[in-house]
Amino acid sequence: MTKVTVAEEWLNACAGCEIAILNVGDVLVDLLVNNLDFVHIPVILDKKYFGQTGEEKELSIPEAVVGIVSGGVRNEEHKEVLLEMRKKCQILIALGTCATDGGIPAMINMYTEEELKQFYYKDSPTTDPAEYPTEHIPPLLDNCYALDEIVKVDLSLPGCPPHPDWIAGAILSLLDGKTDYKMPERSVCDACPTIREYKKSMADIKRLYYEAEFDPEKPLSDMRCLLEQGLMCLGPVTHVGCGGTKGAPRCISARVPCRGCYGPIRKGAKPLVDYMGAMASVGFDPAKMPDRRGYLARFAGAHGVLKKIG
Amino acid sequence: MGKTLNIAPITRIEGHASVAIHLDDTGNVSDAKMHVLSLRGFEQFVIGRPVEEVPRIVTRICGICPWQHHLASNKAADECLGVELPPTGRKLRELCQMMAYIPDKILHFYFLAAPDFVLGPDADYSVRNVVGIIGANPELAKKVVHMRYKAQMMLEKFSGKVIHPIAGVVGGFSKPLLEEERKEILAGIQELKDFSIFTIKFAREEVFPKYLDAVKILGVFPSGYLGTVRPSDGALELYDGELRLMDQNGNYDQFKYSEYMDYIGEHTEPWSYLKFPYAKKWGQLKLDENDPVGVYRANTLARINVCDKMATPLAQEELDIFRKAFGRPTHLTLLYHWARLIELVQCCERAEELLNDPEITGREYRAKNIEPRAGEGVGCVEAARGTLIHHYKTDDNGMVTMANLIVGTTHNNAPMNLSVKQAAKALIKDGKYDQGILNRVEMAIRAYDP
Ligand code: SF4
Ligand code: SF4
Ligand code: SF4
Ligand SMILES: [Fe+2]
Repeated sequence: MTKVTVAEEWLNACAGCEIAILNVGDVLVDLLVNNLDFVHIPVILDKKYFGQTGEEKELSIPEAVVGIVSGGVRNEEHKEVLLEMRKKCQILIALGTCATDGGIPAMINMYTEEELKQFYYKDSPTTDPAEYPTEHIPPLLDNCYALDEIVKVDLSLPGCPPHPDWIAGAILSLLDGKTDYKMPERSVCDACPTIREYKKSMADIKRLYYEAEFDPEKPLSDMRCLLEQGLMCLGPVTHVGCGGTKGAPRCISARVPCRGCYGPIRKGAKPLVDYMGAMASVGFDPAKMPDRRGYLARFAGAHGVLKKIG
Repeated sequence: MGKTLNIAPITRIEGHASVAIHLDDTGNVSDAKMHVLSLRGFEQFVIGRPVEEVPRIVTRICGICPWQHHLASNKAADECLGVELPPTGRKLRELCQMMAYIPDKILHFYFLAAPDFVLGPDADYSVRNVVGIIGANPELAKKVVHMRYKAQMMLEKFSGKVIHPIAGVVGGFSKPLLEEERKEILAGIQELKDFSIFTIKFAREEVFPKYLDAVKILGVFPSGYLGTVRPSDGALELYDGELRLMDQNGNYDQFKYSEYMDYIGEHTEPWSYLKFPYAKKWGQLKLDENDPVGVYRANTLARINVCDKMATPLAQEELDIFRKAFGRPTHLTLLYHWARLIELVQCCERAEELLNDPEITGREYRAKNIEPRAGEGVGCVEAARGTLIHHYKTDDNGMVTMANLIVGTTHNNAPMNLSVKQAAKALIKDGKYDQGILNRVEMAIRAYDP
């Protein structure tokens, strides 16, 4: 059997998505030996953009059947690499919430480039104030973008990072000739075993310095829903999947509330609006929620969701 | 007319950078620089966030060492809110840090560094990688993959989420460790300890000796070092202690986290987004590989240089062997790889100690009655890539008003540049260069594991 060629790139990313690929585990070794041929992947393979001795003028990535890209698009080089990946790969996968929705780095969309650089190069208490660097470095874009704002994306695997189950699922389905792999469009609550009483809670809104009420000896199915406990759990407006195909939501397993790291449940969803309804339905006054954008758009600031405060 | 070799991207590292090597008319190196190509802005966008949320945000600085950012940030947040941790909470955090280190060090040695040593720096790029390693030694490769995976999954099972953790919370930890969990993890850690001891023996007997010539020249220059030590006896600490900043001759200052601003300054060059931290007391930063001023290094070799001893017995035996061969401080850049494995042994031993401590399964794992307040905190831990410094200020409502971060790889920005320049000048002569030579220049960076 001939191997399927794969190219992988990371843009405004943190390497967590690549570690998630490794966490596919033993299956990955078999896939690497028998099925997949990585022709470009900077984290493990020394394939260079400008030829192996760095003398070519144009950035180039080899052709591949499958292209995987993690991270959002934050500077001119990310954009160039993404366009090249799109050109050279038949099927393009956006891996991780940075790639699908901007992820945490898209919180920068609330600030101007001047604000960012003013602190970093001038006002920081340890920094000798300096002119901003400009030489031989790609200019920043005005915002941090999700991939589908720049190119067509064929398959989206959100998650910060995505659970290895979905990564393996997508790869195996592609090897099977199917190109329509899709994670279920449900909410984190749909995978959560906690007890919901659906009645108005008497509690106040609680920030994260409050501990949830639970008995550590007992399973999650004996703990009351953290939203109903007042802990601003974002499960209702977050895409399911962090526990993999079968497991419970990860944060809930650690007895802390969801913060939305899988991004919105579907394209075009409006978590900032939808969550107000979810809170009101269990008796909280959404107006009392502090730093609403910082909770509700923490992972989804691309697509124009977070705008400069100005 | 000279020309420029544009080595992009730097590969088998965990970050984003490129190297430009400038050759003059005679084909000799006039300059070489490492450019860091982006600026993400964490210090800016944590402003206005509730400080207790920040440990769940700054994890995304790095997907390889998210636990270290998570814990340094939690410490800074604790201090802002004036919280004292119960001992169990503190120990659970340290246990997680040790457990997080183990797979990371295995990953770096076998997957990222080993291809240069086991397959050789001149091997073609298509085999000089982890798949090539699997081909060269399938038995060992299987074992490596399995051990790394096992270490990751143990931590995931206990803490809920291993990449971008959530279980550290202001005041301590989000849940206790149950007795059954303790037993299971302890058995796993003992297996990992055996594997770590195998790894360091294998490396020091079969891998490094072949490259000792390269070790003595590649990327070498004298510098200072920054690391954390236990105040009582100067032992190497990864979770908590005091910072020690040593000059190139081995003299040092030791100080508390909150004093970091007296010792570390940050300089900007026009050709990199990343700033260049330097040791303030030694004078203005000078990026000259023959006569560097203000340059200090962080990360494994630095910690091994600044410490008086290791904190655990088997790691101490390894330090004895290392010091006998190379002295203290040693400036040989490729020894980062060896130092990393000594720390791997300490992490396993320390995890084992913590798991045998009766307090680890205690039920007071989190401080109660925490209230928002105006405050300031500096939280540090040692990450694989160097000391993390998280410094926050909050307003009355516990919202962040200032965040200053100096993180792992940033400390090594100046030294990596010097190593690149040194390596390029030594290896490229009269216009002669090829893939193998350029890969050796990258090896000088790879040692720092940026
Ligand atoms: S989605 Fe999360 S894990 Fe992936 S690159 Fe972004 S921050 Fe890292
Ligand atoms: S709100 Fe949170 S705790 Fe409640 S059901 Fe949804 S995910 Fe679970
Ligand atoms: S519970 Fe929410 S924040 Fe936590 S891992 Fe799942 S999606 Fe991410
Ligand atoms: Fe890191």
